[in-house]
Amino acid sequence: MIAFDEPAADRLLSVEELRVEFSSSSGRVHAVNGITFELAPHETLGIVGESGCGKSVTSLAIMGLLPKPAGRIAGGQVIFDGTDLLTLKADEMRELRGRDLAMVFQDPMTSLNPVITIEEQLVEVIRAHDSKVNKAAAHKRAVELLELVGIPNAKERLRGFAHQLSGGMRQRVMIAIALALHPKLIIADEPTTALDVTIQAQILELIQRVANETGAAVMLITHDLGVVAGMTQRIQVMYAGRIVETATTRELFAHPRHPYTVGLLRSIPRLDLGDNRALIPIDGLPPDMTRERPGCPFAPRCAWATDQCLVEDPELSSVIAGQRTVSAGPEATHRVACWNPATDEEAAQGAPASGHVSAITDSTQARAAAAAAALSDAP
Amino acid sequence: MTMTVDGSTTSGPAGAGAPGDGPGGDRTLLSVSDLRMYFPVTQGLIFERHIGDVHAVDDVSFDLPRGETLGLVGESGCGKSTTGRTILRLYRPTAGKIIFDGVDITRLSGEALRKTRRRMQMIFQDPYASLNPRMTVGGIVGEPLAVHEIGTSAERRERVAELLNVVGLNPNFLNRYPHEFSGGQRQRIGVARAIAVNPELIIADEPISALDVSIQAQIINLMERLQDEFSLTYLFIAHDLSVVRHVSNRIAVMYLGRIVELASSDDLYAHPLHPYSVALLSAVPIPDPVIESRRRRIILKGDVPSPVNPPSGCRFHTRCWLRDRLGNPERCTTEDPALRTLATGHEVACHFAEVVDNSVEQRQAIGVPIPVVVGGPTATAAPPEAPQA
Repeated sequence: MIAFDEPAADRLLSVEELRVEFSSSSGRVHAVNGITFELAPHETLGIVGESGCGKSVTSLAIMGLLPKPAGRIAGGQVIFDGTDLLTLKADEMRELRGRDLAMVFQDPMTSLNPVITIEEQLVEVIRAHDSKVNKAAAHKRAVELLELVGIPNAKERLRGFAHQLSGGMRQRVMIAIALALHPKLIIADEPTTALDVTIQAQILELIQRVANETGAAVMLITHDLGVVAGMTQRIQVMYAGRIVETATTRELFAHPRHPYTVGLLRSIPRLDLGDNRALIPIDGLPPDMTRERPGCPFAPRCAWATDQCLVEDPELSSVIAGQRTVSAGPEATHRVACWNPATDEEAAQGAPASGHVSAITDSTQARAAAAAAALSDAP
Repeated sequence: MTMTVDGSTTSGPAGAGAPGDGPGGDRTLLSVSDLRMYFPVTQGLIFERHIGDVHAVDDVSFDLPRGETLGLVGESGCGKSTTGRTILRLYRPTAGKIIFDGVDITRLSGEALRKTRRRMQMIFQDPYASLNPRMTVGGIVGEPLAVHEIGTSAERRERVAELLNVVGLNPNFLNRYPHEFSGGQRQRIGVARAIAVNPELIIADEPISALDVSIQAQIINLMERLQDEFSLTYLFIAHDLSVVRHVSNRIAVMYLGRIVELASSDDLYAHPLHPYSVALLSAVPIPDPVIESRRRRIILKGDVPSPVNPPSGCRFHTRCWLRDRLGNPERCTTEDPALRTLATGHEVACHFAEVVDNSVEQRQAIGVPIPVVVGGPTATAAPPEAPQA
């Protein structure tokens, strides 16, 4: 177990060695493989990764919303505000969910109920947790909430249905529902992925504003490094159900260490750089999570991989000036799970320093050579 | 059969001679003028009364030179996909002209249209929906060859294997089905199908937005490599400005069926002149917290108005931040701004584009540090890259 130096009082959420499995027809899927992290009150944490990396499953596990019976928590603890959520009974968890823990889902089209009014959905949440609130007070609160999230003509909108709203407006309603009971933690799972970019800007600004105003901590889950760059204090990069790198936002972007983080940064075009910078794709495919194989899960796609990476699984540990050391000092908040982390120069060029011989044969190069040969062979 | 550098078929059964091979030296491959595509809105079940039109594409004009990439960006519903599909003549345009390689294809039909389509192909957004799950990869990639009756079936098979190789797939996968492939591999199959008949123009409609981040670059790089190898001309439709800027020579920004700005990709980024383009640029997150901290987003009010009943005058006036700042000038609501060409070759459809240039909003949108010296937008006292803590 990694020793954290922050005092316990500074933790709103602490997840320890969480493991989640799914049973499927093709075998057991190891969706989350022992992740440990924590979140301070009022903090905004970004969790970044691609589809299948376990970022959404992590949030569903925290919320107690894993699909049953396929999903199963195979181990670990989720301590929220002093209680282990995994030991709570269903009705105790239901009490907490919505009140202290709220969630905003990706798809505002399907997460609202199409057959009841917006008001009923808001009032339902408000009264479910406090039956003493009368209808008039709940209505008043619903109007307040819609105004808080910037929906014009809140009173009329309350009488409407979800289908009468645009995607951005629906997501605002979802955020209003999440905020209804002053939660301490809001988990936003890809809250803007289904939205247009100008609407995305509106929603991100809204999340930031309500987090500031209500003092809620936010876990922002996304595949878009751009979204977390401007919004979060700290970032965790996930791959294959593990946290492969974590650091403060500035540190992570200034000194990415894990080859996967470097790959993510170098494989997306940047608006401000245009085509002045070549894209370096991450080769290969995301791992098959049904198979447990030895070594680092990223090794088969990693240009930095050494023989050690193929057999030994690296643990998440501190990075100081590019050197792996075991330290618990205050500078140790940048952690990486890698045997051969990238240096600043390597991160800038997006490839290992010349002279490094990857343990992996570069299949892209092999394919490109084959393609070129095929073309030149043609009559 | 072989693919030559100029993209035409020199040998093999495909034959050149598609209709209207056009004037040889003409650099413009595609020229669209005043293109309009309206979709009728009807009411009533038996007697469908025509009660209005969705103005999906309204007076769109642009030229696309051979070998270039034109990016078409805009939010959902702005008409960018409809523009692409209308150019392919998947719809019958309401008005306007589409000139492909010197030949007006606006009203072509039947055999002549089919022959023209051999020279323009499409790559679709969703690699899951755009491949027939009951056909093998060989069948899918070979279908355009079969439709256009190119080669014998043995030749086609050989060609399909070659195409798979070109797009970076194992040619032995010929007999597999789409479900056996990942999203990125499926998109490679879609690309192979599009280049199968040696087209000159490829319309790529959001080709990477359904893919995982780490896979997107593979497809972008593949498309760029194929463009160089086969001199392809791309119309690249996407909502993601960072991607469009990376792949395009020029970019057209669309809003509610109109092109509001058209400029070279670097110029559009450095000097966006339409208030909508500035807002759009400002909304695109840049994965760098240092740059992000000195940018300021322009949050547009509300949603895009309905294309059935677009706003009067300038279509953007209902959400325009510049109109607010200028004290709501009358002209924006009464006079529809035409796309005008400035001295720099930059085209923009805004009455007040000059005010936008070098404005604080423009600089904040792209994250250029604001000059410290207060004294007009042209002050150059600040260093271009002020170091941040």
